[in-house]
Amino acid sequence: MNDPIIKFEKVVKRFGDLTVLDELDFEVRKGEKVSIIGPSGSGKSTVLRILMTLEPIDGGMVTVCGEPLWHEQGPNGLQPAGEAHLRKMRAQLGMVFQQFNLFPHMSVLRNITEAPVKVLGLSRAEAQARGEELLELVGLADQADKYPHQLSGGQQQRVGIARALAMRPSILLFDEPTSALDPELVGEVLTVIGRLAEEHDLTMLLVTHEMRFAREISDRVCFFDKGRICEEGTPEELFTDPKEDRTREFLKAVLD
Amino acid sequence: MLFGFEWDLSSPLAFAISILPILLLGLWVTIQATVVGFFVALVLGLVFAVLKAAPSRFIAWPARLLTEFIRDTPLLVQLFFLYYVLPEYGIVLPAFLTGALALGLQYSAYTSEVYRAGIEAVSRDQHEAARALNLPAARTFTHVVVPQAIPRIVPAMGNYLVSIMKDVPVLSVVTVLEMLNVAKIIGDRTFNYLIPLSMVGGLYLIMTLVASAGVRLLDRQLPKQGLPLK
Repeated sequence: MNDPIIKFEKVVKRFGDLTVLDELDFEVRKGEKVSIIGPSGSGKSTVLRILMTLEPIDGGMVTVCGEPLWHEQGPNGLQPAGEAHLRKMRAQLGMVFQQFNLFPHMSVLRNITEAPVKVLGLSRAEAQARGEELLELVGLADQADKYPHQLSGGQQQRVGIARALAMRPSILLFDEPTSALDPELVGEVLTVIGRLAEEHDLTMLLVTHEMRFAREISDRVCFFDKGRICEEGTPEELFTDPKEDRTREFLKAVLD
Repeated sequence: MLFGFEWDLSSPLAFAISILPILLLGLWVTIQATVVGFFVALVLGLVFAVLKAAPSRFIAWPARLLTEFIRDTPLLVQLFFLYYVLPEYGIVLPAFLTGALALGLQYSAYTSEVYRAGIEAVSRDQHEAARALNLPAARTFTHVVVPQAIPRIVPAMGNYLVSIMKDVPVLSVVTVLEMLNVAKIIGDRTFNYLIPLSMVGGLYLIMTLVASAGVRLLDRQLPKQGLPLK
């Protein structure tokens, strides 16, 4: 494949005294499906939150589509990015949240059309057509007029996926998309994500605890530990023949 | 006689019936003062809430100081100030307007806190979702935060509506002919205070009960998850 679409170079992120990302180097190529696994507190979600510009970085450099994410070109070289630059960069990215984060007062269709109309400047009719198409894709064509609280968790998360897709991002970030779901609802969400992975050239970055699923859909799996990538490789390599002790311990703990 | 209505002192009942239209005229003034005062409190309170949340300390601090000052000084002092001091600087407002403004000003300090709490109660998740979708800040405020904050602030605002209603008699000291003032004038002229004052109490009770019921009804009608957007 070609140049990396996402590049972390010696990225540092701290919360107070806690170093969450410790000079992280990490790359994702265009169209690649990458799963991030690892113990909680290893900085997995932070990677996604930095990419979605929800958390600033404390050091290093993040590049998305060849452009610095948290920096912009100023009169004296690179400087911290302003809101205008962040807005431009954010257009490349979409995010599916652990807690869905749907707008509870908006109908399902409005959740999906609000940003395309206001941000992309689509007409309401265009946005609705696109929204209905996406609802069809996630298997919720008949739920357009419902409100989030009238749906199951699994259905809500599928709306969350449709909402992110409606902005036509080139990179889609999934932050533990099934962790807040009852076990019997996990499958329907994974099916949708799996279909997206197969049918679209979207670059996908997935933080998950669903090991079997990560193994199925990923081109590459990264095992995070203590703010760094401890080990990475194809699902085959990582799951069947892990090199690092930490990886082995972790996989043993979660797969048993 | 007051406002062209004669009173009939032949029996307590006849007296009560004869002064009822007079008291109702006073009640009408009370309602008007309540509505104007509440409106001012709602608008000014929102302005204060936004100023207090301003990122710049040079805006937020004075706003905080001012609302604290308004809240910690008696309504009567503010009313006297507006009524007697402003005219010295050439600002002459009718007594009714001065009174309603003073009420609104005092309560804006309280409503600004209600707004603040309502706005802050909208979770961080919602802001993050809006940010991930690149919604502009203003749009996020008007279409994500406000619709979700409104159902949360309605009960508290309703309480202040009733409070304002009960504070309207303070305006009688600057000659506003609201209901209590009217009743007192009737008492002064007939030497019967019992009946007009009792009627004021009764009318007030009805008025506050109706207002509270209205607020409760509104509260029940509003969807808890926010004003719906189709």
